[in-house]
Amino acid sequence: MKKILFLGGLFFCCSAISNAQVIGEGQLHGSVEIDAQTYKADSLIGAPAVPEKMGLNSYAQLDYTNGKISAGVRYEAYEDVLQGYDARYNGQGIAYKYLRFADSTMDITVGNFYEQFGSGLVLRSYWNYQLGVDNSIDGARLKYRIYKGISVTGVIGHQRYYWGEGSGIVRGIDGEINLNELIPTWDSVKTKIILGGSFVSKYQVPDNTTYNVPANVGASAARLSLNNGGFNLYSEYAYKINDPSVINNYIYHPGQAILIRTGYSAKGFSVSLSGESIDNMSFKSDRTAVKNDLDINYLPTLPRDETYQLAQIYPYASQPNGEVGVDGEVRYTLPKESVLGGKYGTELDVEMSAINALDTTNLNDLATNRQEYSVNYLMPGKEIYFNNFTAELKHKFSPTFRMILQYADEAYNKDVIQNEVGYKIIHCNIGVFDGYYKISSSHTLHFEAQELYTKQDQGSWAFGMAEMNFGSDWFLGALDEYNYGNPAADLQVHYFTFTGGYTHNALRVTLGYGKTRSGILCVGGVCRLVPASDGFTISITNSF
Amino acid sequence: MKKIIIAFFLFASIHAFAQGLKGKVPAVQVKTLDGSAFSTSKFSNNGKPIIIDFWATWCRPCIAELDAISDNYAAWAKETGVKIITISVDDARTMAKVALFIKQKAWTYESYLDPNQDFQHAMQVANCPCVFIIDGSGQIVWTHNSYMEGDEDKLYDALKKVAKK
Repeated sequence: MKKILFLGGLFFCCSAISNAQVIGEGQLHGSVEIDAQTYKADSLIGAPAVPEKMGLNSYAQLDYTNGKISAGVRYEAYEDVLQGYDARYNGQGIAYKYLRFADSTMDITVGNFYEQFGSGLVLRSYWNYQLGVDNSIDGARLKYRIYKGISVTGVIGHQRYYWGEGSGIVRGIDGEINLNELIPTWDSVKTKIILGGSFVSKYQVPDNTTYNVPANVGASAARLSLNNGGFNLYSEYAYKINDPSVINNYIYHPGQAILIRTGYSAKGFSVSLSGESIDNMSFKSDRTAVKNDLDINYLPTLPRDETYQLAQIYPYASQPNGEVGVDGEVRYTLPKESVLGGKYGTELDVEMSAINALDTTNLNDLATNRQEYSVNYLMPGKEIYFNNFTAELKHKFSPTFRMILQYADEAYNKDVIQNEVGYKIIHCNIGVFDGYYKISSSHTLHFEAQELYTKQDQGSWAFGMAEMNFGSDWFLGALDEYNYGNPAADLQVHYFTFTGGYTHNALRVTLGYGKTRSGILCVGGVCRLVPASDGFTISITNSF
Repeated sequence: MKKIIIAFFLFASIHAFAQGLKGKVPAVQVKTLDGSAFSTSKFSNNGKPIIIDFWATWCRPCIAELDAISDNYAAWAKETGVKIITISVDDARTMAKVALFIKQKAWTYESYLDPNQDFQHAMQVANCPCVFIIDGSGQIVWTHNSYMEGDEDKLYDALKKVAKK
C-alpha cells in the first residue's frame, strides 16, 4: 500500500511540476501511464484464479534538459504485474536513468540508453511497454560526427533484466557514411547512398559445466541504403560466430541473416518487395536467457502487423533459429471522379507473405537434441511457417460515410510459431467490414463486423463492435467476440466487452469491463502470451 | 478496492494538470526519408505555426487522421501559414515502406523517421497518433493524443487560435 501511495505522490508531483516546466534555462518534460485490471476466475474461458484479484503496471518518466545537458529517470511500479507479463517485474523502483551531453558533433550518454545499429540485426535495445520488453543498455554511449557525412557510435554496458542486469557485457561500434554529404559534388545528386557497418561483441563468463562455450561472441553487419526519387533499396547482411545457447540447444553453428527491402512509388501507386533469410541468429547477452529476455539484436519480420481483432488470433512471430521469407505489397489509388474511384477516390492494397523453414540437413543422428546441420542458405525448406494473402479496399462514399473491406487467406504453423504440439498448419479465411458514419460534426459511429472461418483449432469466430464518440472527447463502445465454431459446444463462448473513455489534450483514460480470450500479442514479430481474463480494466496516460 | 480508489485519485490529480507537453521542441536526431541524420532543432517555419504528427504505417487511426488533414492542408496553410511535419515511428520492419506509403498517398507533409524512438521519447509520446502544435516562437502549445473522427476540426480550431497570437 505504501508503494502505491508513493507512486501516487510521484504522479501528483509530476503533474504539479507541469505548471512550472521551465526551470531556470532548462525544461522539464514527463509522462505517466497506469494500467490496472481486476481478475475473476472463469473456468469456461480458461481465466485463472488470481489470488491478488488485481494487477497494476505503471511508469512515470521525467526528463530535464538544459542546453546541451539532459538527464532523466523512469520509475516503474508493478503491483502485482498484470497477467501475461513476466512475474519477475513485480515490485517498483527506478528502471531507467541517464545523464547526457549532446552538441552538433558529440553525443555522450552515461546510464541507460536505447540504440539501434542499422535495422537491428546485430544490435537493438528498445522499450515496448505494451509487450513488456525493455532491454536498455546500462553503461556508456558515444556518438561522434567525425567529418561531414561520417559518424560513429560506440556502446558498452549491461542490459536490463527485470529489476537487475544481465550477467553478460555488450560492446558495439557502428559506422555510417553518407556519400552525398561526404563528397562535395554529390550533394545535389538525385541518388542518395548511405553505407554502414557494425560490430557487436558480448562477454559472459564461460560457466557452463557441460559444454565448452565461448566467453566472447562477436557479430558483424554491413548495410546499404539507396534512394532515387520513387525508388528505394535497403539491404543488410549479418554474421555471428558460433554462440551455443539454450535457444539453439548449445550447438556450435554460426549465425547469418540477410534482409532486402526494395520498392517503387509514384502518386497513387506503390509496390514493395522484401526478402529475408535467417539462420541461428538469436543473440542474447546471457546464453541461458529465453523468450524476449536480454535480446541484443532484433529480427524484423516480414508480414504485416494485423490490427483487426480476429486477424490477431494467428499472428506471426520471428523464428531466430531459421526462416526464409518473401513479402510483396501493391497499393493503388483509383482517382477521384473516376468510374471506380467515385467522388472521393478508392484505395486498394494487396499484400502477400510466405515464410518457410530454412532448407537444412541434419548431421547428427536423431537421438540428440543438439542437432548440428548443413544449410542451403537462402533456400526455403519444405515446412511452411506462415502464408498470408490480404486484399483491402478503402472507399469513401460521402463526407459522412467511409468504409474498409478486408479479406485474408492464411496458413499458420501454430506448432512452430506458438511452440505447441499437434496443431500442424491451420488454414483460415478472414473477412472484415469496418465502417465510419459521421452523424454530426461531433458525433461519429464506428462499427466493425468480422469473421474468421476455419475448421481447425478452436474453429470459427465472429466479431462485432460499435463505438460512438461524443464531442470527440468521450467515447463509448461495446464488442463481442463469439467462438461459434468451437468443436466443443460448451466452449462456443461470447466474449463481451464494454469500453468507455475520455481524451483531453495529452490525457487519455479508458475503462473497460468484459472477457478477453487467450492468445498472443505481437508487435513487429516480437510476442507475449495474453491469458484469458474476466474483469474491469482502466488505463490512464498523460504527458507534460 | 483500495487500489481502485488510488487509481481514481491518480486520475483526478492528473486530470487537474492535463495541460500536455509545453516548452521548446527537444533537440534530438531523426532521419530524413532517404536515411540522412537531421536535428529536430532545425524544424522551422519562419515564425508561423508547425504541426508535428507522430504516426506509423501500421496505425489505422494515424492514417485516417493524416488523410483527413491532407484534405484540408492547402486551405489551412493559406489561412494560418502552418507547416505540417510527420514523424514515422515505424521500426526496421516497416521503415522501408514509409517513403513509398507517403508518395502513394500524395501527402505533401515534411516527413521524417524516428527508428530509435529518440524523438518519440523526448516528446513523451506513449501512443500514436499524437499531435502537437508549435507556435511561431517555437513553443509547444497544444497536444492531442489518439484520433477519433472529427478530431481534425479540434486541431483546426486550436491552430487558428495559435496563428492569431
